[in-house]
Amino acid sequence: MTVATTSVTTSAATSATPARRRGRRAGGAAPYVYLAPAMTLVVLFLGLPIGYAVYLSFRAVRVSGLGLSRNARQEVWAGFGNYVRSLSDPDFLSSVGRVGLYGLLLVPTMLALLLDSERARARGFARLAIFLPYAIPAVIASLLWGFLYLPGVSPGAFLAERLGVTPPDVLSSGLVLFAIANIGLWGGVGFNMVVIFTALKAIPRELYEAARLDGCSEAAIAWRIKVPLVTPSLILTFLFSMIATLQVFAEPLTLRPLTNTISSTWSPLMKVYRDAFTRDDVYSAAATSVVIALATFALSFGFLRLVQRRAFSQETG
Amino acid sequence: MRVTRLLAISAAAATACTLAACSSGSSSDGSTVPAAAKPGEKVDLTFWTWAPGMDTVAAQWNSTHPDIHVTVNKQDGGDPAVTKLLTAIKAGSGAPDLMQTEYQKIPTLVSADALANLASVLPADTAKHYAPGTWQGVTLGSDAVYDVPQDSGPMEFYYRKDVFAKLGLTPPTTWEEYATVAKKVHAASPKTYLGTFSATDAGWFAGLTQQAGASWWGVDGQSWKVGIDSPAVRKVASYWGGLVEQGVIDNTPMYTPAWNAALNNGTQVGWVSAIWAPGVLKGNAGSTAGKWAMAPLPQWTAGGDATGAWGGSATSVTTQSKHPVEAAKFVSWMNSDPAGVAALVKEGGLYPADLPGQAALTTPPAFFSSQKDFYQVAAKVAAGVQPFTYGPNVNVVYSSYNDEFGKATQAKTASAFDAAITAMQATTVGDLTKSGFTVTK
Repeated sequence: MTVATTSVTTSAATSATPARRRGRRAGGAAPYVYLAPAMTLVVLFLGLPIGYAVYLSFRAVRVSGLGLSRNARQEVWAGFGNYVRSLSDPDFLSSVGRVGLYGLLLVPTMLALLLDSERARARGFARLAIFLPYAIPAVIASLLWGFLYLPGVSPGAFLAERLGVTPPDVLSSGLVLFAIANIGLWGGVGFNMVVIFTALKAIPRELYEAARLDGCSEAAIAWRIKVPLVTPSLILTFLFSMIATLQVFAEPLTLRPLTNTISSTWSPLMKVYRDAFTRDDVYSAAATSVVIALATFALSFGFLRLVQRRAFSQETG
Repeated sequence: MRVTRLLAISAAAATACTLAACSSGSSSDGSTVPAAAKPGEKVDLTFWTWAPGMDTVAAQWNSTHPDIHVTVNKQDGGDPAVTKLLTAIKAGSGAPDLMQTEYQKIPTLVSADALANLASVLPADTAKHYAPGTWQGVTLGSDAVYDVPQDSGPMEFYYRKDVFAKLGLTPPTTWEEYATVAKKVHAASPKTYLGTFSATDAGWFAGLTQQAGASWWGVDGQSWKVGIDSPAVRKVASYWGGLVEQGVIDNTPMYTPAWNAALNNGTQVGWVSAIWAPGVLKGNAGSTAGKWAMAPLPQWTAGGDATGAWGGSATSVTTQSKHPVEAAKFVSWMNSDPAGVAALVKEGGLYPADLPGQAALTTPPAFFSSQKDFYQVAAKVAAGVQPFTYGPNVNVVYSSYNDEFGKATQAKTASAFDAAITAMQATTVGDLTKSGFTVTK
């Protein structure tokens, strides 16, 4: 910042007065001209679709009679009907509960794994091995894990049987949540690790040394030095993990044909997908999407407000 | 569902999809008589299909019909193609001229005004080419003709004849015998099952209830009837629920890597399936070639000859086609002309809906080469397909089947199977009522 400001001041100072006046006059429109392409794209590909989705969420199709004749289908205003139905749908509510549990399972585990990332042995290899799954698309990851989970084809189950142990069926109703969280963890921990690892690297060694000289234990170092200093990164990863949790979709959808335990409304986004593409009811799907988007905003900003002072106090002074 | 399945699983599943969903029909609304192209005008038609070999079939047509050129546009499968078509219909443009349509999707598409009525443009004797039950599926019991049947999926029982011989078993002719055989197979080896109750295959269960005389929907004047909660469906559900409760039938889904492995390693020794099963077995259980045999589906009444249908499709002409007359000519050629049907069988590997085409089949599928009378048995079975009406919300009901029977197969009790039927009926009626359809209670 300082460097940039200086150079701007310098160039402004050296340039002649007419140039400065010209610059001021152009200043009115120039930013908008520069922004125009980006703004156009944002409006066309983000603003309009969101607006259309909101519009659709207030619409519904009415069919008359058998619905087989021409013009038997009409789009009408539905008011808040779609929202009422979506929010009062027991399937939706239980999908929210499920995803809540999934998040409670996933997010803390992820952070716990990460805090230790500085201590790992064979660091280069470990880091690569942990990061690599992040490069694998969720659908492929779920297929791979699906094969490992199915007792009939799983090498784990095969080995367990050879050893005379009955392996647990990880796709059974009690364990399927863990099975899916495991895929999310496997795929997501790498990205978060890079973020936290970078933050940990940035902590001056002298701080550890000073702490040790003062008789601080390793655990206390982690709690009193590492955690406070990497808090902004922790918050960032927590936020990303939370949003990823709310949007869990590809893993359960891909595992679904393999088992009886994942319903078509297992996660909120799966319900949106089912309504839009299986039930051909884009109106309900739009309403549920809006609800999910609002919940995501509320949770993210609520969380940020809560932790803002502590996390970003260094920056804001 | 099919999409997920394709994503999730194997080429075998893909084959099943293809075969289970292989026909499309065309129709244009009878209110206006469509105009034919002027003489000498060259017409280009696009055809959305996902059956294998259809480009070769179209090429054969193109070589003999220079004025009407058909271009095949390969689709991923039944569900995605329908979603795309419905989107194009809503948008007012982008739909193909010709479309492969699974039978159960026809009411949904007609209800969305996507299919043209072909009654006035098809040859008058078209109906005679098909079994009455099949033909009813493309007319929906009205004077309109929305599709021309392409292939059909009469259900049969497939079993490992080597395993049956070893255990001294004969293929069951009634469901009572099926239960006995299932117990014996399971008793001989606790890991082996005669079959599985699949909560992910609604079409399979619908076919089984069709055999028992059920029809999940029906038209009563100007309103729909929903017949899922009926004695016939409950009979089938509690029968299978009982087998699952006793543990003599497996409760895991079909078309999973585990199921493929079980077919290959002989822990699944039977499959209640349809005429396209040889293709699926070849793909999913290649190591068992020559060990399978086909028999008619077990019956509810001894000596009966009823069966259901699982899969099959028809060919439609969409309402956006500018050339319904020419499109209907192609549809008619492919699905009822000896040359077209022969091409369908040879290139697409389909079991044609066309009756003369069925009779022309003699050589058994390669995977069943030792069963010389394969197609003679099949033709006899096909004649026993019971009538069945699909409604305008098949997708809703099928996904409800997945969810409800998913719970029931986990619970492993006959009473849970019964409860699933109650829940499916409620979901179906609720969905129709919500959309404004008139429903007879």
